[in-house]
Amino acid sequence: MNRHLLSTADLRRDDALLVLDTAEQMARLSDRSVKKLPTLRGRTVVNLFFEDSTRTRTSFELAAKRLSADVINFSAKGSSVSKGESLKDTALTLEAMGADAVVIRHAASGAPHRLAGWVRGSVVNAGDGTHEHPTQALLDAFTIRRRLGTVEGLRVTIVGDVLHSRVARSNVWLLRTLGAHVTLVAPPTLLPHGVADWPVAVSYDLDAVLPGSDVVMMLRVQRERMLGAFFPTEREYSRRYGLDADRAATLPGHALVMHPGPMVRGMEIASEVADSARSTIVEQVANGVSVRMAVLYLLLGGAGADERKPDDQYGEVADR
Amino acid sequence: MTTTVAAPWLLRAVRPLGGEPADLLLAGGRVAEVARAGGIAPTTAGVAGGNVLDADGLFALPGFVDLHTHLREPGREDAETVESGTRAAALGGYTTVFAMANTNPVADTAGVVEQVWRLGRSAGHCDVRPVGAVTVGLAGQRLAELGAMATSAAAVRVFSDDGHCVSDALLMRRALEYVKAFDGVIAQHAEEPRLTEGAQMNEGSCSARLGMTGWPAVAEEAIIARDALLAGHVGSRLHVCHVSTAGSVEIIRWAKAKGWRVSAEVTPHHLLLTDELAATYDPVYKVNPPLRTAEDVAALRAGLADGTIDAVATDHAPHAPQDKDTEWAAARPGMVGLQTALSVVIQTMVEPGLLDWAGVAERMSLAPARIGGLPDVPVDARSSMGVGAPANLTLFDPEARWVVDPAGLASRSRNTPYRGMTLPGQVHATFLAGRPTVLDGKIR
Ligand SMILES: [Zn+2]
Repeated sequence: MNRHLLSTADLRRDDALLVLDTAEQMARLSDRSVKKLPTLRGRTVVNLFFEDSTRTRTSFELAAKRLSADVINFSAKGSSVSKGESLKDTALTLEAMGADAVVIRHAASGAPHRLAGWVRGSVVNAGDGTHEHPTQALLDAFTIRRRLGTVEGLRVTIVGDVLHSRVARSNVWLLRTLGAHVTLVAPPTLLPHGVADWPVAVSYDLDAVLPGSDVVMMLRVQRERMLGAFFPTEREYSRRYGLDADRAATLPGHALVMHPGPMVRGMEIASEVADSARSTIVEQVANGVSVRMAVLYLLLGGAGADERKPDDQYGEVADR
Repeated sequence: MTTTVAAPWLLRAVRPLGGEPADLLLAGGRVAEVARAGGIAPTTAGVAGGNVLDADGLFALPGFVDLHTHLREPGREDAETVESGTRAAALGGYTTVFAMANTNPVADTAGVVEQVWRLGRSAGHCDVRPVGAVTVGLAGQRLAELGAMATSAAAVRVFSDDGHCVSDALLMRRALEYVKAFDGVIAQHAEEPRLTEGAQMNEGSCSARLGMTGWPAVAEEAIIARDALLAGHVGSRLHVCHVSTAGSVEIIRWAKAKGWRVSAEVTPHHLLLTDELAATYDPVYKVNPPLRTAEDVAALRAGLADGTIDAVATDHAPHAPQDKDTEWAAARPGMVGLQTALSVVIQTMVEPGLLDWAGVAERMSLAPARIGGLPDVPVDARSSMGVGAPANLTLFDPEARWVVDPAGLASRSRNTPYRGMTLPGQVHATFLAGRPTVLDGKIR
């Protein structure tokens, strides 16, 4: 494994599979009555959340605690990119506290990369701006694998605000690495200008793509995007790109419906679809804890970071 | 603008424009005599003991003129002062810098431009020509007192809201027309603001991958096209700051073919670096306009080579550490560049054979001097080295290679994108009106 988990773009296939396999073991542990492992006893994991995300923070907190790590929730609430203590000063504070791992959520793309240059511990990207959210993609892949047995060769359709979505980016790279075929569906305004260089197919027509999809991932679409003229109205968006029951009925019988949450029911996804048997939305939350346990376990090298083999490390940016 | 007449200096065996070695006698602020190497004896020329420079192996070019320097004073003296910025300029071979108006207070009155001009004179490292703001407070609403700045002691000829675009088409038209009265020029930072809201880097493949809001090429090109049409319509002079895209080069080429009075500059960093560097998320690579693609770099080099782009300008933009030691989005855009400009031009233009030394003289000295309305500009590179030319000279070793160390630069700020790079060409001496401002690579 890398020293840090900043992006899925630089995650090798065997490392990704190692995370998924380890998460499988962690998931089995979660089925036991005593859910704790002593693996990270004496280690300190800091949750550094500059953006509110109770679900992701709680998921990481639970993961760290199940591995017996000490968890510090470093409240950065009210902080913003432009005011208050700088990210660098915060990093130096965490360094002084002896953080072994820092889990960071930040509104600025690349903030975890910067942090990784300022602290000795491992940095886990828990979502940076519109860049990446690697543990979300890992838990999505884990969920797909549990349900369908494999990711390789599957046709995965990602629908919605790809332009602003860190979940979409992380999924595109990871799914590609794991051998899936990805199709992005969105109004042209919500696809990045450089998307032609991505290893994906692009469609503006959801109805045409659904019958050939093994997995559909619906992305959250913020209503405020209307103000930026990305689409005219909520209603029009929903009609053209929302997954309602009629559309979901055109999916193959085995196909999954996924959503990273939080979802806007009635906007990108209809309630009856979100609550249907093919929906994995609740499982994704449970799987998130297992995957994050696996990530922390592997990064902090359960038996001690010093035992990491030097040739396990690679990558210039991720690996100082 | 040095008023005291400098004592004579003899430059021995220097190679003007990289040509045959020659002796140059500088006296009375001008080149007083030129002879083959060994042709001028110090005794006969009346040169005092120490004023002989053995320039064997050094090339001479006319002193560089930078149309685009941010000296940050008044207002951000923690990032740069006129004193520190002009030291950097002299060490980079510059004899004149045009100081951009986006200071605090903004250089939008005769009082502020005269203050900057006086600071430049008292520092004495090079001539400082203040740029006046086009609009009050750079706010893009009302014209600043352009005439008052033009007739002030600072004699402003270049007006720019740089950092901001004069995006209002009517205001831009009026500004272009108004400065005709004193042969002024509007230097436009071409950026359609609605197309660059929240923009962080070039829009394209890299921004898509890195999840950063894109700054599309069209936001620059659309303004350049509009302004060229306006300049053509009213018969005024337009100067385009820091051209960064292939499309911009095409539009400027077209405007020039029409016979319109349009000039343009390119920065060294846009000649060398590309947007791939943003993948580090290190804001030392954040600049406005942003680094573009390799195709853009190639088009800019070709445009500078064929004269579509008239001048190299540094857009030297010093920033205090706290404005760069941040996440990318929070960082201020800009790079220091005065001491690396020549080296980057040698690497990107001279070594690949796109520009000869006379061409470097034209693009880094004579063309910017003409655009900026400086007096007494030699008609061509050859005459800039001849008898009677102003004794503004840069002497450098084209063969020397040096490693860029941010701590070794004279600027108060350290935000160079070339840290650790080995670059060709090292300035040994700079003469301003016959007086050395730099000798042995050190400030005099
Ligand atoms: Zn500018």
